[in-house]
Amino acid sequence: MALTKTHYEFKPYNVARWIIWGLFALILLLAPKLFNSNLSVSMLSQMGVAIIACLSYNMLLGQGGMLSFGHAVYTGLGSYVAMHALLAAGSGSLPVPVTLIPLVGGLGGMFFAVLFGYVSTKKSGTTFAMITLGMAELVFAMSLMFSEFFGGEAGVSGNRVVGESFWGITYGPQIQVYYLTAAYTLVCVALMYAFTRTPLGRILNAVRDNPERVEFIGYNTQHVRYLAFIIAGFFAGIAGGLASVNFEIVTAEVVGSGRSGAYLLFTFLGGATFFFGPIIGAVLMVLAFVLLSELTKAWLLYLGLVFLFMVMYAPGGISSLIMMNLRLAAFGRLKQIWVAYVGLGVTALIGLAGTAAMIEMVYHLQLNTTASPELVFAGIALNATSFNSWFGSVFVMLTGFGLFELARRQYLHDWEETQVYIEKEIKRREAL
Amino acid sequence: MIALELKNVRKNFGKTEIIRGVDLAVQAGERVAIIGPNGAGKSTLFNLISGRFEPSSGEIWLGEHRIDGKKPFEINRLGLSRSFQITNIFPKLSVFENLRCAVLWKLGYKYTFFKFLADLEDANDRAEALMERIRLDKKRDVLAVNLTYAEQRALEIGITIAGGADVVLLDEPTAGMSKSETKRFIQLIREVTEGKTLLTVEHDMGVVFGLADKIAVVVYGEVIAFDTPEAVRANAKVQEAYLGSAVAESQAAH
Repeated sequence: MALTKTHYEFKPYNVARWIIWGLFALILLLAPKLFNSNLSVSMLSQMGVAIIACLSYNMLLGQGGMLSFGHAVYTGLGSYVAMHALLAAGSGSLPVPVTLIPLVGGLGGMFFAVLFGYVSTKKSGTTFAMITLGMAELVFAMSLMFSEFFGGEAGVSGNRVVGESFWGITYGPQIQVYYLTAAYTLVCVALMYAFTRTPLGRILNAVRDNPERVEFIGYNTQHVRYLAFIIAGFFAGIAGGLASVNFEIVTAEVVGSGRSGAYLLFTFLGGATFFFGPIIGAVLMVLAFVLLSELTKAWLLYLGLVFLFMVMYAPGGISSLIMMNLRLAAFGRLKQIWVAYVGLGVTALIGLAGTAAMIEMVYHLQLNTTASPELVFAGIALNATSFNSWFGSVFVMLTGFGLFELARRQYLHDWEETQVYIEKEIKRREAL
Repeated sequence: MIALELKNVRKNFGKTEIIRGVDLAVQAGERVAIIGPNGAGKSTLFNLISGRFEPSSGEIWLGEHRIDGKKPFEINRLGLSRSFQITNIFPKLSVFENLRCAVLWKLGYKYTFFKFLADLEDANDRAEALMERIRLDKKRDVLAVNLTYAEQRALEIGITIAGGADVVLLDEPTAGMSKSETKRFIQLIREVTEGKTLLTVEHDMGVVFGLADKIAVVVYGEVIAFDTPEAVRANAKVQEAYLGSAVAESQAAH
């Protein structure tokens, strides 16, 4: 390599970055020690899968400005390819160890991204979104037509315990699958982060910001989108492959629009503007799908409400809220505002409790028509047909939201003050 | 040597003729100002040359390459770069990232994703140097969207010249700037386009007569004069069509 610098340059190790990645690895390593029930380990595995899937989705949405309504096509088809590879490995016709099955899924996802992406990335913006939607419907329709590949209604199931055990690793116990997932998660997250720091990754950001100008600095935007789409398809396929190993069954719903919508929703909730946002979204996705759906039948309704409020009040998602408050903390102003946060939290909970009580009563009336109208909500006995229960709920809701509005005004006021302070502080530091 | 040549270029939008047979040959290293009343087709001419629109007929040559009908990125790779009248930058990227994006293709990094940007010393050095030349080095990590208008205009020029194109098209670089800003900005343009072939659309007559070696006057989609500033000033057709107007006279007096 030619030496372009004539003088020595001091390049310190980025300590903070190593600490963050070390912590991430440590969390992946220790999480099943802390949450060691069967359900938790299974959920942790699903979280790993979801993290890869949401990050690959954000490569399109957050980094490339491509709103895809069909990302599940690539995770889902990755799942199917991986499952067929697993079956072939089981019958001995394909000499692939289970450890590498997710990679086969990745290649599957990539293959279909090469195929479908060629069409969808020809356009950007709304047209792109429409094409992905069409693709998703197309693939879902095909899943019912080609039952040899998709397995029809029952799906395709397999057995992940294939071949000789290697150092005692058979992938029989869930914990071994978890560590396989965790290893893939760590590597994939690192690779996807690395991608954001490469020339293609940066030009992808430029294409998101202003595709027209990119054409005038020598880049073919269509080509940039296509390449990014293929790479995203590869990682999506890996997530799908891991899901196959994890569940040992793949049904047509993995390519369905519901799944695609979930990726969009939770990537957005976590925050598409920061790299780590979709990780938060993915964890929330698994929590919502597994725990919230157990807790209440109306979980999708709550999810919709949360999404609605997020889009309206914090379009940057949870990660942007975190970063805004980290900035505050960096200037030592968090102490000034935390009381307001407590106020917001408590009043929101009260309002939500009232709302939720009514939602639960409506659901109870509609779904359990034969049962008695009595139900227990948050430890309180309610009667869905009595005036008292409804009056109480409305009262709690209105009180909660009324107080919330007051708390919100106080919070906005406090927030403004801190921002003014920070602006002044920045000016002062610049002047130094 | 001719750097850029237009041969009987025409452009119709539907039945409306916007450019009605333009012939223009710009020598390498010349600074050409394109002037003309509003709606004369100056910006359309730039859009045709830079590949934003395809001409309806005629030929456009960049050196020995015929470029009409080529895509903007292909024309850019052949060594022609342009700026825009309405600021056209990457709003959510920092000043440094804006400039680094603009040098990547020229330095041969293309679509690679097997190299880290931080290790591309030539790209980083070039972006840093550019940042100093357009005097935005103090704003290195500020997002482009948060810059002042004049700073955004400077960044626009920076992105345009970043790839080191030999032929530079500037579409009203000083549009919307105050008098003092314009003066400083013209000095900047002079510096950064040293030794390049420059075409610029400009309204301020003081700027035009100060900056340009040659002036092309476009009226109703035709070039009615293409000559040195003195000759254009004396041209009867130009005086009648353009400089004769009271507004232009008062501007020319500056």
